Amino acid sequence: MTKDMSAETLLSVNSLSLEVAHTGLEVVKGISFDIAPGEIFGIVGESGSGKTLATRALISLLPPAIKVTGGSVRYKGRDVLTMKDRELRHLRGGEIGVVFQEPMTSLNPSMTIGRQLEEGLVLHTKLSPQDRRAHILDMLKRVGIKDPEGALAAYPHEFSGGMRQRIMLASVMLLKPALLIADEPTTALDAVIQRDVMELMVELTRAEGTAVLLISHDLPMVARYTSRIVVMEKGSIVEQGRTEDLLDAPQHDYTRKLLSSLPFRGEARALDTSKAPMVSARNIVVDYAGRKSLLKKAKPKRALHGISIDIHEGEVVALVGGSGSGKTTLGRTIAGLVKESEGDIRFQGRSRDEDWRDYRLNCQMVFQDPYSSLDPRMTILALVEEALRLVPDLDAQAKRKRALETLEEVGLNADYASRYPHELSGGQRQRVAIARAIARRPRFLIADEPVSALDVTVRAQVLDLFSDLQKRYGFSCLFISHDLGVVEQVADRVVVMQDGRIIEEGDRDTIFDNPRQAYTRRLLSAIPALGHNERGGVTLKWRLENDA
Amino acid sequence: MKKFTLNGLIGGFLITVLIATAALGLFWTPFDPMKLSFTARLAGPSATHLLGTDEFGRDVLSRLMVGAQASVWIGFLTVSFATIFGTLIGLVSGYARGWVDGAIMAVNNALLAFPGILLALGLLAVFGANQYGIIFALGIAYTPSMARVVRGAVLSLREREFIEASRVMGNGELFTLFRHVLPNCLAPITVLATSMFGWAILSESALSFLGLGVPPPAPTWGNMLAAGRPFIQQAVWLGLFPGICIALTLLGINLLGDALRDRLDPRMRGLK
Amino acid sequence: MLAEWKAAFNRGETMLRFILSRLLMALPTIVLVSITVFALIRFIPGDPAALMLGDMAQPDQIAAMRTELGLDKSMPQQFAIWAGNVLQGDFGRSIVNDEEVLPLVVSRFMVSAEIVVIAVLLASLIAVPAGVIAAWRQNSATDLALVGTATVLLSIPTFWLGLLLLLLFGLKLGWLPVLGYVSIGDNVVGGLLYLVLPVMTLVIHEAGVLIRMARASTLEVLRLDYITHARAKGLSESAVLWRHAFKNAFGPTWTMIGLILGNLLGGIAVIETVFTIPGLGRLMVDSIFARDYPVIQGCLLFVSLSYVLVNLVVDLLYPLFDPRVVAE
Repeated sequence: MTKDMSAETLLSVNSLSLEVAHTGLEVVKGISFDIAPGEIFGIVGESGSGKTLATRALISLLPPAIKVTGGSVRYKGRDVLTMKDRELRHLRGGEIGVVFQEPMTSLNPSMTIGRQLEEGLVLHTKLSPQDRRAHILDMLKRVGIKDPEGALAAYPHEFSGGMRQRIMLASVMLLKPALLIADEPTTALDAVIQRDVMELMVELTRAEGTAVLLISHDLPMVARYTSRIVVMEKGSIVEQGRTEDLLDAPQHDYTRKLLSSLPFRGEARALDTSKAPMVSARNIVVDYAGRKSLLKKAKPKRALHGISIDIHEGEVVALVGGSGSGKTTLGRTIAGLVKESEGDIRFQGRSRDEDWRDYRLNCQMVFQDPYSSLDPRMTILALVEEALRLVPDLDAQAKRKRALETLEEVGLNADYASRYPHELSGGQRQRVAIARAIARRPRFLIADEPVSALDVTVRAQVLDLFSDLQKRYGFSCLFISHDLGVVEQVADRVVVMQDGRIIEEGDRDTIFDNPRQAYTRRLLSAIPALGHNERGGVTLKWRLENDA
Repeated sequence: MKKFTLNGLIGGFLITVLIATAALGLFWTPFDPMKLSFTARLAGPSATHLLGTDEFGRDVLSRLMVGAQASVWIGFLTVSFATIFGTLIGLVSGYARGWVDGAIMAVNNALLAFPGILLALGLLAVFGANQYGIIFALGIAYTPSMARVVRGAVLSLREREFIEASRVMGNGELFTLFRHVLPNCLAPITVLATSMFGWAILSESALSFLGLGVPPPAPTWGNMLAAGRPFIQQAVWLGLFPGICIALTLLGINLLGDALRDRLDPRMRGLK
Repeated sequence: MLAEWKAAFNRGETMLRFILSRLLMALPTIVLVSITVFALIRFIPGDPAALMLGDMAQPDQIAAMRTELGLDKSMPQQFAIWAGNVLQGDFGRSIVNDEEVLPLVVSRFMVSAEIVVIAVLLASLIAVPAGVIAAWRQNSATDLALVGTATVLLSIPTFWLGLLLLLLFGLKLGWLPVLGYVSIGDNVVGGLLYLVLPVMTLVIHEAGVLIRMARASTLEVLRLDYITHARAKGLSESAVLWRHAFKNAFGPTWTMIGLILGNLLGGIAVIETVFTIPGLGRLMVDSIFARDYPVIQGCLLFVSLSYVLVNLVVDLLYPLFDPRVVAE
């Protein structure tokens, strides 16, 4: 099935199939799509969908273990997969540029920024050294580097993640490619920075007439910038079409599932907050001792500047903010993992320090990374049972029974009891972590980014589980997250932090509908308001579009 | 994965042969390894003396079998010594942090600042040149390496969330240390202990070769090589077979160590 | 312009801070090493004064010797006196022939250092490119052959390898001298001939270690995103390998080269015994046999301090391969 090679096609992928060489496992199964010049095209899929491998094949840059088993990739009519090395090297960088996910590792740490940017120009242009320098300085200015001259001689580690991604973008756009492949370009960045980098990318590519292939797990983000989308699942394209059509009336079950997994706003709950709060923190200050060095006097770094927060019985309070805002430090301080320098933490009216044993029994925590939070050498059952070790009035038999019941409650039947964490998926591991936390029936739960490491559909399931359990046991919860979409779904009240201070707080609807602080508005502008329709589709409304 | 099996198989085979030979030598050797025979001096390999005889007419094969015992025994005791003390020191140092860690690591680094077998040589001057002198000297010399690796493992484990989870559950520090930290240190400990076994066998034979190890007439591979050296031109086998034994043993340990490393601790690759 | 100047100044300041902090970090190690060497000799059973005077010594002679050696003073005092002498270059005198220890140790050290430095240099020149190529062609026949050879080479004990080479080139083929040693300073050609076998022995063994190390660190680097990105930029494989991968992969190997250099200085005794070279290792072993404690002490201190020094220099040059260490 050869397609008509009209002038309107820049890149055409035809029944491309890839497999793992020695196992024969098919990872990409006959996918086809076309990209037109200047268009922004999106590929959406969860981990394991094959989206990244598929795009690597476009510039014939597959890992050695992956083999092409069929199909073709044509760039301006030329077959990429059969190109000679020379032609391929001209294509890479010169015609097709690539930006990767991880800004922290995609720049060479031992080479100055100037040299890394110049390399491409030397390779693909015939500019004089002076012209190259002028081009580079101009491009660095355009991507928002404040001191382009200084940046030339600097090394990557001297820049933050957001800045590095801008430099990456500069390095790629410097060569004015006809197509830019952006593989999860903003996933590793903070929400606010994410949006800035995306806007910058769109602006630069539009100015140069560069087409963009945007690959991400984040459907709303892709939808926001693209005109057409393909959805991939397990190596196959399950659906493709114009972005609006696909969102409005998804045809395939998987697309519908993906759309219904997007966080939505639930009913606001009426909570009785007249009673004294369950947990009450007053004027919490945390200072980290500065890096001690033989020559520099250690100056303490203040992570929290006198924070006060109350959590009432049965209430879910969300703590949001970017990285470095102090939200995780606050959670860990309340959990007792970080010692506060000043301040007072009360639990059920009594000072936490008065009765640690009681506090430990009643306060539990769910951590962010399900790969790191479970001891890899213990079985699932042992992990949950350990949580009951210090619970009084339970004999060994009762403990085992409770552990198994709790596992059942989080959706893991007895078959899982004897398995080890590495035999479980990320979502299942996070279920174990939740089981471990609730096995004691705590009155108060601290959840630190509990779903941010999970895939979209798994995230939705774990969030549902969390909400069910919260309703059943009525524990209070401090829910720490950078993802406002998730927060909108689970929180009763929202507390926004920036630079170690609380800048805004209020009940969920007030914060989401009438944010007062500029920073809160910027955070909100990164996530859409969803409306579901009867066709299983959604409408995305970007909040405060012209506000940021 | 395919490479693991090959490396592991060859390494495992060589080490099994070594240990089996040492064990067999306890009960049976073709000849009495100590029996002198002036009629059979420097006899080449033959049907009676498979690997020939030495300058006193002693059977080389029998002496190599008994020498294997010395290697295995000294290797085993040295590694046990270094592993037990190194692990304890590393655990305490990594878990206590603060000034305790600072002090322990300062001493540890000072001991690591003696290159190669130099510290062992110095310690041998203290303990005297004999089997147990070697074990103590090498054991003390290797302890700092083990302590450093264990401390590193503990420090990186401390950052893992499951250690914090244990604290949030209210578990005491000691419980956390032995229930969660130590079991997760076993991988690097095993890998290093395997390498150490090789270092110990090599160092023992080197020291014996220098005349600072197990004194003759008790046979070890190292002192057999040293004793055979003057006769190496007439009796090549005296210089050949003990060396082959040492080299094959070390090869076995290196291959086994590589296999273990790939399997248990991919991040330790390339660490000596 | 001003900004650039300021940035350069800042960078210079962090570099200075890096150098000073590394120097300061080496200080406690040097002090503790000295204490260890001092203590080690004090742990030797028996009275040093009696040992020095031999079996025929009278009690009053021993008492006089004790006063002379300062043994009647407290341990810290003794250490202070000893350390003070060492700082002035006075390492004491040999018991056996009353030679001054420091000049003796230094002259023997030069002999060892010559062999070790040449060997490590040659081994690095051969092994590092081999390791990088093995990593680049991971799992190919080239890779398997290189890694297999390296593993076999590093499993062969140097003293046995030396013996075999001696047997082959010296005795059977008669190409190279078997026993003795001629200093290059005295006779360039003769000196070089005597160097060939010991250097060859060390090169073969250490190349095994370094090939594996260079391969492992290159593999680590080849996995990283910036390598893929360099390829995606259109760079040729050789540019990717040598311009982007090599420099970053060389850091750990560089540290290893430093360690090997130091380790050989301390562990060369066996090689010197095989080839009858009057180097530092041989001096140390002979002194242990002769119970010549001032010389043992001198050797221990001198070698361990040179080891600390070598590692310090290696550390200080590390930013050339990885500028990140300066910032940390």
